[in-house]
Amino acid sequence: MNQVPDENGRFGKFGGRYVPETLMNALLELEEAYRHYSKDPAFIAEVRYLLHKYSGRPTSLYHAERLSNHLGGAQIYLKREDLNHTGAHKINNTIGQGVLAKRMGKTKIIAETGAGQHGVASATIAALLGLECKVFMGEEDTKRQELNVFRMKLLGAEVVPVLSGTRTLKDACNETLRYWVSNVNDTYYILGSVTGPHPYPMIVRDFQRIIGDESREQIMKEAGRLPDYVVAAVGGGSNAIGMFYPFIGDESVRMVGVEAAGKGVETDEHAATMTKGRHGVFQGSLSYVLQDDYGQVQPAHSISAGLDYPGIGPEHAYLKDTDRAQYVPITDAEALEALQLLSKTEGIIPALESAHAIAQVMKLAPTLGKDQIVVVSLSGRGDKDVQAIMGYLEGTGHESH
Amino acid sequence: MNRIDAAFEQLRSKGESALIPFLTIGDPDLATSVEIIQALEEAGADMIELGVPYSDPLADGPVIQRASERALKNKISIVDCIQVAEDARQAGVKLPFILFTYYNPVLQFGLEPFFKHITEKGISGLIIPDLPIEEDEEVRQLAEAADIHLIPLVAPTSNDRVTRIAGKARGFVYCVSSLGVTGVRSDFHQGIDEFLSTVRGATNTPIAVGFGISSREQVERFAKQSDGVIVGSAIVRKIEEVLPLLLTESTKQEGLAQIKAFVSSLKG
Repeated sequence: MNQVPDENGRFGKFGGRYVPETLMNALLELEEAYRHYSKDPAFIAEVRYLLHKYSGRPTSLYHAERLSNHLGGAQIYLKREDLNHTGAHKINNTIGQGVLAKRMGKTKIIAETGAGQHGVASATIAALLGLECKVFMGEEDTKRQELNVFRMKLLGAEVVPVLSGTRTLKDACNETLRYWVSNVNDTYYILGSVTGPHPYPMIVRDFQRIIGDESREQIMKEAGRLPDYVVAAVGGGSNAIGMFYPFIGDESVRMVGVEAAGKGVETDEHAATMTKGRHGVFQGSLSYVLQDDYGQVQPAHSISAGLDYPGIGPEHAYLKDTDRAQYVPITDAEALEALQLLSKTEGIIPALESAHAIAQVMKLAPTLGKDQIVVVSLSGRGDKDVQAIMGYLEGTGHESH
Repeated sequence: MNRIDAAFEQLRSKGESALIPFLTIGDPDLATSVEIIQALEEAGADMIELGVPYSDPLADGPVIQRASERALKNKISIVDCIQVAEDARQAGVKLPFILFTYYNPVLQFGLEPFFKHITEKGISGLIIPDLPIEEDEEVRQLAEAADIHLIPLVAPTSNDRVTRIAGKARGFVYCVSSLGVTGVRSDFHQGIDEFLSTVRGATNTPIAVGFGISSREQVERFAKQSDGVIVGSAIVRKIEEVLPLLLTESTKQEGLAQIKAFVSSLKG
C-alpha cells in the first residue's frame, strides 16, 4: 500500500481539509510544526518519557485464557490500554499533542469531548504541562457525565457547555473549531480522534500507533508469530487505527473494526457509520457519514458515549474501501453481554466502547481454531460507565451518550 | 453576461458599492423567504445570498445556527433553497442570486447534476465556506463551464494565500472582516485596512467585505474600501426578531416592512 496520507492529506480519495479559509493557515502551521518536531529527537524523547513514566507504558498484552477457554476457539489477547493513566488510550494522543502545543509556543489548549474521556486526558496533560485548558462539551453530555465534568474542573480546566445543534459530541467538535478560528494565535486545538481536517487524522494516528507497535512486538515475543486477527472498537476510530496501523503491511493479519449498532442497524438509533453511512464531507474531511438524502448529518445513537458519532476517520474509510479492514456492527445489548462476560471470566470491567470489540470477539473466536490468535484492543476501563451500566442492567435505561 | 458582473459594472458606473444581504432559506418557511427576498430588493439590495440551512454550520455563529435549526425543523433541503431562486424570479425579483451552502449538500446532490440544476434555476454565484482552494478544483471547473461564479473567501490570516485565492476568484472576493464565525460584532480585525488593500492589490475582480457588519456606519466604512458589503447575521437576527409577525397572516406585511426598513437603513 502507498504511504498515506499524501501531501494533500488524502487517504486515497478520503480525508482532505474541508474547512473555512480562516482555519487554513492554522492547519498549515500545525502540519509544518508537526513534520518538524516529529523528527526532532528531543521532542520524541520527551513524549516517550511521559508515555513511559507518566502514563505507565508499555501497557500489557494479556492472554485472556479463561475467556479464550470459555469461548472455545482462538487464543484471545487483550491489549490493556485501560491500564493507562486516566484509564484509556486517549492519553497517548494528548501527551503527544500537548508536548507539540508547548513546542509551538501555544499557552492555551482547547479540546472537544463527548463522554469526557478525551476532555479528562486533555485537562490532565494541560495540568502537567502548565497550559490553560478549555473543554467544549455538549450540554446534554455535561448532564449525563457529571463526574467527568467535575474531574476536568478538579484538574483545572474550564468546561464550556455547548448549546448548539444536538448538544452532543458532534456539536462540541463544531464549537471547538469555531472557538479555534477566533483564537488561533495563542491556542492549540487537541483533537481527540483520527477525524477532522488534515493533518489531525495523521497526527492522532501517529501518536496512537504505539498501541499496535507494542502489540506487534509483544505478540511476537510471547507467541512467536503475528496474530490472525486484530479487533478494535471504532467511533472516530483512534484506538482502532492505533492498533491497525502497524499491521497494515502484514497481509496475513485480518483487521476488524467494530462500530456501534445501538438499538440495531435496522432502526434509526445507531452509530453504524460504515454499515449505514455514505461518502460525505463532515467536520473537515471526506469519509463515511451518517446523513440523509440531502447531506444533512444525522444524529447517532449508542449506549457507548465514545462511539456515539455520525462520522469516522478518513483512514478507516480508505481501509474499508480497499478491503484491507472489515467493519462490523455490534448492538447495545451485545456490548452489555460482552461487558458482563469479560467482567466475570477475567475480572476486568471494560469501557462500553471496548465491550463492543469484545462482543465481536465472542462471535469470532469460536469460529477459529485453538492455535489461532486474536488481539483485541481493550481501549479503556469501565469505571466511567458503571452508573450507566447499572441503569441498563436494572432496566431503568439510563442513557449514556 | 453573468448577472453578478453586470450588477458590479452598473454600480461602478454610478460610483456605488453593492449591498449584499444574506438570509437563511426556509426560516421561517419557503414562501416567506420569497417575500423577504422581494423586500430586500425593494430595500435597495444589489444581489442576494441564499443561505442553505445545514446541520453543522462550522463557519457560522449562533444567529445563523439558530436560523438553520429552525429551517431544518421544516425539513428544508438544498433542492428547496434552489427552487426559491426560481420562485423569487417568477415573482419579479431581478437581482443576482448567490447560493451560500456548505459542501456536503452539494456533494450529495452530485456535482454535475448540481451545476446543471442551479443554472436552470437562475443562480449566478456560489459560495462554499468549507471548500478552500486546496479542495475546489473540480467544483471550480464545473462552475466555470456553467458560468456560475465560484466566490472564494479570504481571511486576515490568509497572508500569502491571498494572491492565489484572489487570482482564481470569479464574481467577487469575499473578504472576511474578522477572525471567527459569522455574527454581529463591534470591532473588526485590527489589520483590516491593510488586509483589504492587499486583496485589492491582488486582483481586478471586485472585493466585498462580510462577517459582523450590522450598522449603517459599518456599511459606509467598508463601502469606501471595497466594492460590496455583505450583511448576514444582522438581517437574520432581524428576521428572528419579527418571526411572530411573519408567522401570523394578519401581521406578515408588518414583519416584512420591518425587515425592509432595517435593510434600507443600512444603505446611505
